[in-house]
Amino acid sequence: MLLNNRTALDEYRELYKNAVDAQKKKILICAGTGCVAGGSLDIYARLIELLKEKGVDCVVSLADEPHDADFHKGSVGVKRSGCHGFCEMGPLVRIEPGGLLYTKVKVSDCEEIVEKTIIGDEYIDRLAYKQNGVIYKQQEEIPFYKMQSRVVLEHCGHIDATSIKEYLAIGGYSAVEKALFDMTSKEILDEMLESNLRGRGGGGFPLGKKWVQVANQSEPVKYVVCNGDEGDPGAFMDRSVMEGDPHRLLEGMIIGGIATGAQNGYIYVRAEYPLAVSRLQNAIKEAEEFGLLGDNILGTDFSFHIHINRGAGAFVCGEGSALTASIEGKRGMPRVKPPRTVEKGLFEKPTVLNNVETFANVPQIILKGSKWYKSIGPENSPGTKAFALTGNINNTGLIEVPMGTTLRHIIYEVGGGIRDGKSFKAVQIGGPSGGCLVTDNLDINLDFDSLKKVGAMIGSGGLVVMDESSCMVEVARFFMNFTQNESCGKCVPCREGTKRMLEILERIVAGNGEDGDIETLLELADTIKSTALCGLGKSAASPVVSTIKNFRSEYEAHIYDKKCPAGNCKKLVTYQIDPELCKGCSKCSRSCPVGAITGQIKSPFHIDTKKCIKCGACVTSCNFKAVKEV
Amino acid sequence: MNNNFMIIDGIPVAIEGEKNLLELIRKAGIDLPTFCYYSELSVYGACRMCMVENKWGGMEAACSTPPRPGMEIKTNTPRLRKYRKMILELLLSNHCRDCTTCDKSGTCRLQELARRFDIHRVRFDNPKSEPEIDDSSLSVTRDASKCILCGDCVRMCNEVQNVGAIDFAFRGSKMKVACSFDKPLGQSNCVGCGQCAAVCPTGAIVVKDDAHKLWEKLNDPDKIAIAQVAPAVRVAVAKEFGYEGENVMGKITAALRRMGFNLVFDTSTAADLTVMEEANEFIERLENGGTLPMFTSCCPAWVKYAENEYPEYVPNISTCRSPMQMFASVIAEQYKDCGKEILSVAVMPCTAKKSEAAREEFMDENGKPYVDYVITTKELIKMIRQSGIVFSELEPEAVDLPFGTMTGSGVIFGVTGGVMEAVIRRVSSDKSITSLRNLAFEGVRGFDGIKKFEVPTDNRALKVAVVNGLGNVKEIMREIEAGERFDLIEVMACPDGCIGGAGQPTATTAEKEKRGENLYAADKLCTLKFSEENPIMKELYDGILKGKTHELLHVSYVK
Repeated sequence: MLLNNRTALDEYRELYKNAVDAQKKKILICAGTGCVAGGSLDIYARLIELLKEKGVDCVVSLADEPHDADFHKGSVGVKRSGCHGFCEMGPLVRIEPGGLLYTKVKVSDCEEIVEKTIIGDEYIDRLAYKQNGVIYKQQEEIPFYKMQSRVVLEHCGHIDATSIKEYLAIGGYSAVEKALFDMTSKEILDEMLESNLRGRGGGGFPLGKKWVQVANQSEPVKYVVCNGDEGDPGAFMDRSVMEGDPHRLLEGMIIGGIATGAQNGYIYVRAEYPLAVSRLQNAIKEAEEFGLLGDNILGTDFSFHIHINRGAGAFVCGEGSALTASIEGKRGMPRVKPPRTVEKGLFEKPTVLNNVETFANVPQIILKGSKWYKSIGPENSPGTKAFALTGNINNTGLIEVPMGTTLRHIIYEVGGGIRDGKSFKAVQIGGPSGGCLVTDNLDINLDFDSLKKVGAMIGSGGLVVMDESSCMVEVARFFMNFTQNESCGKCVPCREGTKRMLEILERIVAGNGEDGDIETLLELADTIKSTALCGLGKSAASPVVSTIKNFRSEYEAHIYDKKCPAGNCKKLVTYQIDPELCKGCSKCSRSCPVGAITGQIKSPFHIDTKKCIKCGACVTSCNFKAVKEV
Repeated sequence: MNNNFMIIDGIPVAIEGEKNLLELIRKAGIDLPTFCYYSELSVYGACRMCMVENKWGGMEAACSTPPRPGMEIKTNTPRLRKYRKMILELLLSNHCRDCTTCDKSGTCRLQELARRFDIHRVRFDNPKSEPEIDDSSLSVTRDASKCILCGDCVRMCNEVQNVGAIDFAFRGSKMKVACSFDKPLGQSNCVGCGQCAAVCPTGAIVVKDDAHKLWEKLNDPDKIAIAQVAPAVRVAVAKEFGYEGENVMGKITAALRRMGFNLVFDTSTAADLTVMEEANEFIERLENGGTLPMFTSCCPAWVKYAENEYPEYVPNISTCRSPMQMFASVIAEQYKDCGKEILSVAVMPCTAKKSEAAREEFMDENGKPYVDYVITTKELIKMIRQSGIVFSELEPEAVDLPFGTMTGSGVIFGVTGGVMEAVIRRVSSDKSITSLRNLAFEGVRGFDGIKKFEVPTDNRALKVAVVNGLGNVKEIMREIEAGERFDLIEVMACPDGCIGGAGQPTATTAEKEKRGENLYAADKLCTLKFSEENPIMKELYDGILKGKTHELLHVSYVK
């Protein structure tokens, strides 16, 4: 269906909207990576099968040209949506109208859902989300969602992520339409500048400034590149957008093309995101078929093509110049700057490079204006930010809150507090390049500038929450291991320095730390931070510096006392049986794989620490909590 | 008022078109340390030794920061010293530190900077305490345990030489310089030009050492040791012995005799022979519609490169053996009945000659190579030192008979354009000094990567080209493919020709060009300018070469 003018677009948008509205009920099965892994596609298939069996008119995809007003009337739409964000509770099924949510749905639940909720109008309490004894029928009422403000993720979970028709039905491509017909390039650039939208990839550079710099280059060939190489451990904001609302990303990139005069766009997605790749491929194909992408978009003389490049999984390819080198087919290695990417980026041409979440903000700013955008969040960091909430927290998943929201709000309101009633210790923000925030920082506003002041960064938005049982030296070692593995190897401080820092950290957690190790770590960190070639290198030591700053005593306990205060470092733990508590049942002795526990029935047992391999089997086996980690 | 200056360590320095801070800082007389900066290669920015501090305490890499008027930087602050020492310590902690037995000892950049920055202690364990040798190449030896991953070799091989035999493989601390599929260098498409070794700051890539093998064979009474010395060698030795000197062929000859060589010859004589043969072949091709353009064949790295990259053009390469191989065949023929086994040694500016000597085309029927050992200029210098010869005090001596004369044409073979100039002298009908002078200024001389010009002859103007640096071959090939007509093309693999060979002592661009000037000066002093005037040519053609020119002086690379 080639839409070659504005009227046609409006006409079809209306047609699809009517067709969707005509559906009596809609079932949205979460088809984000988490729920797919939980079997959501089987649920999708089973629901369709059941509806057909029971003679319900079920619509899997909208008709191409639903001119007849009664086309889908009274039918049930079954759709694969993007990630709802509440991955902890997946697979998730949302039912409209009413915004009902079923959690942890299994294929065996499908029959009941069809019978009761689709054919009937009955809610199944069994599948509801419950918190503190309260049953939450509606998705939006669940505290996890209620406490969020979804702008970028507004469609994720609410529309069929595999259909441009459904996207058009909710007004899709209005932003492109407006940018193309109602605005000049300069007006778009001014709007973006005015909005003060800052890059969500970590750097926080204002998108408008970047676009203006590219637009001002005299070179006629320009590129728009989208960084979808989300590599931080535990981060999946961009993946969710690509999977759940791919057209929104395309719109953002097309507007970038209109504003800067670029003719081609590239999306660099890591190959570990196969679902995102296929959704994007599908979206590009659909958009091309509808004349919303490709040559002469909507009959205008503006042409824009989008290509997908799959990255082989190197973390460093998230760095701008390494990313463009990788697209060019070269080794993914950062280069020296200048020239900057806006001057000579992809194929040596002026290039706009923003990440997925940043582009996904663009359509709404075009539609609702910069004034609206600036009404969200603090003045210098307006808008919302998506975070991937993971770790020792009750509600893990994908969230979106206004910039400037406090950490306390995220952890205790949205996140539902620390798991198992334990106490909060720290949160690692910004992934391996970020730092940790501690109890004292709970009331800090999460925005670019506030975090910078305390030596952390918002990064791409990973939030790993840690409770009292987390060892901060081990956390530092974990992230250093990641960075060390992911260093490209080009510059000396990052290549050699991170390796040495990791060695020292490994020694410390193994109980072989030495006097002077902390000082050497800080000296290495200072050298790396000051002299490394790229942003990844410069921030490689941040987790170490920040944990030393906040938890120096934990390092010292490891080094000097050979103790891990959190009881987390196995090599520093010894197991002992408390004779007061031991009933002499011999269960621990039987569970010990190396025969390190001996004793006589009904007398306290004893662990031979020389034989003990610290597997912890005795701890879990004891019914009287008599085995202690010391 | 002129504001085009910046402040370096408190001193105003004028900005005069420098590409980066590093050039400006060095212009200001400060030797800022670097491992990975070479002005002729792209800026890589990996070693981070050239960091400087701006007035806000920010760090900038001088190699990749353009100078801006009003900038204020410091090059030597406590922080910078600390970082430089840490970087050196990190490099040393992952480096085989067998310095005393390393080929690069004394000329190693890492050793020099470690000494300069007083690194007395390395706090970290060294995983590379043993050498990791790849000696599969006949031209260079690699030792991965000494590689600091500055990438100079990679950029030289890819950017300047366009050979692409080596690149980075693996990531992070596992990163290394490797051939495709991590094969040994000897099994790669390496052409042996050795330019990687010429830029390597450490002992990670060094020229293959054949001197120790040669020592074992010298002074054997059953052998007649015969040396030939290539033109470019004579202008690259003096500086190494600490004095200003130009052409020291006479001293080299004397030194070789003292080391135990029975006979010393000048490869320039064989170059005259090459001119005769090559000119004949060229005229033959021109007159009888042979394959044109004809490419020169003196440079073995170029021949190998053509075989790898442009096999369809191998028939265009002259069938003349290189001067070294021509001389080796002539020597073998001349002394075949002398009653002693010939020990044929060539002193060359070149690492590829080591590979050339081992080609099966240049072995006799018993599989013995005509050239037993090729030693480079650097190895010659080393051997002179090992012999205890005080070079400065040597009295120059003349080379031996019966091949004792050479012409200016032969001598200029060592510089880019030299072979072309000599061949043109030979084929040109105007043999006046004026015409020679004109020729010198018509485009054949100079160090541009590609020189194209026309030479008027009686029949028609010859279109010729001179290429130095293998990276420039692609351009000339593109022109040929596009239909551009050339008659004769000289190609020398190394930038600037043989004077810039990887077997020569490391030199700056200016020093290399000085070597070229000294060869042209030597040509001026030669009474005989034209190869055909060399009386030895007549003797040879009437003597041992009679009826054997093809067998002894030509080769076919066509498979």
